[in-house]
Amino acid sequence: MQNTIYQKLLSNKVIFSLIFLILLVAPMLLSDFRLNLLGKFLAFAILAIGLDLLWGGYTGGVLSLGHGIYFGLGAYCMAMYLKLEATGGAIPDFMAWSGMSELPLIWIPFQYPILAILLGVIIPAVVAFFLGYLTFRNRISGVYFTILSQALVIVVVTLFIGSQNLTGGTSGLTNFETLFGFHINASSTQTAFYWITVFILGAVFFFSRMLVKGRFGKVLIGIRDGENRMRFLGYNPSAYKTFIYTLSAAIAGLAGMLFVLQVGIISPTMIGIIPSIEMVLWVALGGGRGTLIGPIIGAVFVNTAKTGFSESYPEYWTYFLGILFVLVVVFLPNGLTGLFEKWNERRKNKNVSNSIRVEKSVS
Amino acid sequence: MISDLSIKKENMGAVNFLLHSGKKGLIGLNEIILTLFNGISLGSILLLIALGLAITFGLMNVINMAHGELIMAGAYITYVIQHIFMDYVPPTQYYDLYFIVSIPVALVVAAGIGVLLEITLIRHLYKRPLDSLLATWGGVGLILQQTARSIFGAPNVGVISPSFLSGGLEVGSLIFPYSRLFILGLAIVCLISIYYYFYRTASGRRVRAVMQNRQMAECLGVSTRKVDMMTFAIGSGFTGVAGCALTLLGAIGPTIGTSYIIDAFMVVVVGGVGALFGAVAGAFGIGIFNTIFEYVTDATIGKVLIFLLIIAFLQWRPSGLVMFRSRSLD
Amino acid sequence: MLVYSYKQNNIEMGGKEMRMQNLFYLLIVGLLTSFMVACSAVDNAANADQPEETEENAVTDNIEGSSEDEGDTIKVGILHSLSGTMAISETSVQQAELLAIKEINENGGVLGKQLEPVIEDGASDWPTFAEKAKKLLQQDNVATIFGGWTSASRKAMLPVVEENNGLLFYPVQYEGMEASPNIFYTGAAPNQQIVPAVNWLLENRGDSFFLLGSDYVFPRTANAAIKAQLNAEGAEIVGEEYTPLGHTDYNTVIAKIKSENPDVIFNTLNGDSNVAFFKQLKDAGVSSENIIVLSVSVAEEEIKGIGADVIEGHLTSWNYYQTTDTPANEEFVANYKAEYGEDAVTADPIEAGYFGVYLWAKAVEKAGTTEVDKVKEAAKGITFEAPNGTVIIDGDNQHVYKTVRIGEVQSDGMISELWHSDEAIKPDPYLKEYEWAKDLSESLAE
Repeated sequence: MQNTIYQKLLSNKVIFSLIFLILLVAPMLLSDFRLNLLGKFLAFAILAIGLDLLWGGYTGGVLSLGHGIYFGLGAYCMAMYLKLEATGGAIPDFMAWSGMSELPLIWIPFQYPILAILLGVIIPAVVAFFLGYLTFRNRISGVYFTILSQALVIVVVTLFIGSQNLTGGTSGLTNFETLFGFHINASSTQTAFYWITVFILGAVFFFSRMLVKGRFGKVLIGIRDGENRMRFLGYNPSAYKTFIYTLSAAIAGLAGMLFVLQVGIISPTMIGIIPSIEMVLWVALGGGRGTLIGPIIGAVFVNTAKTGFSESYPEYWTYFLGILFVLVVVFLPNGLTGLFEKWNERRKNKNVSNSIRVEKSVS
Repeated sequence: MISDLSIKKENMGAVNFLLHSGKKGLIGLNEIILTLFNGISLGSILLLIALGLAITFGLMNVINMAHGELIMAGAYITYVIQHIFMDYVPPTQYYDLYFIVSIPVALVVAAGIGVLLEITLIRHLYKRPLDSLLATWGGVGLILQQTARSIFGAPNVGVISPSFLSGGLEVGSLIFPYSRLFILGLAIVCLISIYYYFYRTASGRRVRAVMQNRQMAECLGVSTRKVDMMTFAIGSGFTGVAGCALTLLGAIGPTIGTSYIIDAFMVVVVGGVGALFGAVAGAFGIGIFNTIFEYVTDATIGKVLIFLLIIAFLQWRPSGLVMFRSRSLD
Repeated sequence: MLVYSYKQNNIEMGGKEMRMQNLFYLLIVGLLTSFMVACSAVDNAANADQPEETEENAVTDNIEGSSEDEGDTIKVGILHSLSGTMAISETSVQQAELLAIKEINENGGVLGKQLEPVIEDGASDWPTFAEKAKKLLQQDNVATIFGGWTSASRKAMLPVVEENNGLLFYPVQYEGMEASPNIFYTGAAPNQQIVPAVNWLLENRGDSFFLLGSDYVFPRTANAAIKAQLNAEGAEIVGEEYTPLGHTDYNTVIAKIKSENPDVIFNTLNGDSNVAFFKQLKDAGVSSENIIVLSVSVAEEEIKGIGADVIEGHLTSWNYYQTTDTPANEEFVANYKAEYGEDAVTADPIEAGYFGVYLWAKAVEKAGTTEVDKVKEAAKGITFEAPNGTVIIDGDNQHVYKTVRIGEVQSDGMISELWHSDEAIKPDPYLKEYEWAKDLSESLAE
């Protein structure tokens, strides 16, 4: 709404092009290992966009602390295909020592790569649809929804760990070889995965942006600001919420698939309570909830910080990361992108009294 | 006495369980009593770890994810007190008192940590409850865990249970461990003292006033600032007590908090945020159902079932067991 | 009503707080920039050691194991969980490995070069293990990695070390069914711990078994083997229970155990769960005289956390105890205590981590290089006087020959040996030698 030049810079093409430019030149500057890491962070960023759609000021702060499972479902779909590809049709080793002799029914669709990839988006979406439909129809909101999403994480993770014969248990799925005949760990394949990730990140970003900039987005903002008023106006907020929830789960599934391709392993530790909360931290720290660009910055920044700290100070990195989290959350309510915004505002509002400024930052 | 209990060496499937309880009269009764006792015992543990959260989360709306680390702090305090006793008290009859001493100490120290946390962090986040979740989880939780690791070392430490709590009460062929009975008693004592404080003292009345209508309370001259701090401290203190009690049953290590935190939140949410007695019902409900599920199936499926039940329950009562109805909409 | 209070607070928030915020923005910006600079510096430093890495030669680069013959140190990676739930067990192994490196360095190093440990934190998260292993091999070009504890962490690192043709020394007993050409397994294979333990129990303690384990790959696989063995011996399995990792309430499980009244509980629980299980077992009135528990994941270090009074009299099966009577052990325990304090205890995985470093050093000395393929070749049949006795690397599967020891927990937290095998037993990760395990090993046939 404020048409300062800085605001334009932030919200318009310049900053996006800058980011994508950096992503374009990255393969030339980074070693294979670092590029692989960046690719992983970008997969996280995709998920963060989905989470931002859901949480970031569009649906009245539906905070899901359970997106790890959607990420995980997508990742497992991809991993199941890769595992079957690696064993060459034989049943995976963990099934054998769990006493199974033939491929269980639910693994059969994953012999086909296209089907596996489709399922990697569809399964999370379907699960999210059912949960979202029930939950939003029953008008469970706020912190109750948040806790409910955690309960779901516990259910899914416990099931995944408990059915070792189907999922590989705690170890998860790893030791993959090929995708469409390409060797998955080869440097060139990994670079290709990086490009695919960048492309999908861009696509998801622009799609989400289109969605929220249009009429649909306006309804969402309406729901955020006054759910009951929208209801009285004839909209069905729970349908909108369910849609966004389902969409963000599908995006999470997509991110999960890209994660598996680049990291080469998926295990329940990646979908449990801790990573699910971390995912929200990316969005919060990136800030500008609802900007869609903030979460990208947040996901890359937090993970870079985590990796950087843990490599430099393996014994004490948790201190640094913890302090960083606290500082950002407390002093940058709008996250890192909030820094830019604050700066703009201050220049703009030099003569405006404090209280108005503060009030604005509340909403 | 153990052989008395042994019935038949066969797998205890769901059907068998029902058959036993139906046909075998006394034996079935024993099993039912034992399962019920185990359920109540688990419920009391859940209640103890959730009481503090019922205050900080239920009353104050602060989502303190470092709650588990306060439990950890309570457990380590017990360990430290025991070491002090080892060094300065001869191993005579007074030695066991360390456990009794560590309960109030845990209360005070955890409350102190709570005050520190409130002043440095939570205070800035009252207006942003979800941010308090992120800061306490990602930040405070990590820092406290690492601090414990730096001070006490990464491996678990051991606390020797006081001798007066070893063994159990024998009723017929059943044994009710004293440690479990003690925790049940402790949970009840904590509950009563919290109830007494909030509903029977002037200070508690002020807390309730602030939580119900902050502006009005302020207008009447209540220092909301002080009340916030105190309430958070009380919540944290009782969490410390829970940590102290848990040394009787489980490990004492830097990450033990993480195994209790989710359970604690479930209890409060099922009970209804803001309802102290909802938490009681939530705790015993979850405890008893969890034990029955686990007995009939196994621990993994039992866990899945109980959390599915919680999800289903919230669909039915979206604001928990005890709801506050109001006519306001937005 | 909460909404109102937010607004109230915000209006009250005056200029002072705003200024304070601004200060902190500055601080954070500073922190960020310094971090970015530091990060790139670290990267540069890491990259400085190696030739310019382009996409094409990166992989071949690593296959050659490029750290040899450059500089006067040899980098070795140490990769254990220093944070998260597994840190309770893994930090001590890391310490033992660092002790071994220090001792080797004091005695002149390997190939005349000092060893330089590169420490990373696996953070109890398996994908992190994979990432850090990759980092150690690709960025730091370490000659070998010592690391891992859980089977899951090993399985996560396996494709990485195979892909980059690195080396991994894995120090913990495990479920077998694996023999990677790039991993040396210095812990026990199932036939060096579980199988003899079951035999011993059948001979000495009775034949009705209750199997209790955490719900993950080691207990499930181990129990599959145990069940096959017990069935072949005609023994009885009266119950089998798995609890989720981190489970804290064992009342119900104990109730089931009591109603089944077995002779023996074969315990494959992991980590914290052991503490809860043993404490609650004792409270429920079950002592080692009623039902004996044999554990395969409880060593001296874990006993400290459980409390010796609680677990006293129960049994363990390992290859090494702090009390093991060998000259090498006397020295090891003394050195370990000198380094990490009088209260520190040694245990089987700690010892396996320790002698793993020596085995690698010996193999490198014999090969005359740190190049992976040559080291692997040289390692075949290498022997070392480890604290648990003489260990020999089996050339076929890169496990080691070890002596099996059944022990009983004493009131001081030490374990006293009740029985040990006559000689170091040949490792057999796939249990090929056993008739009853035919189905198991056959189903895994390549």
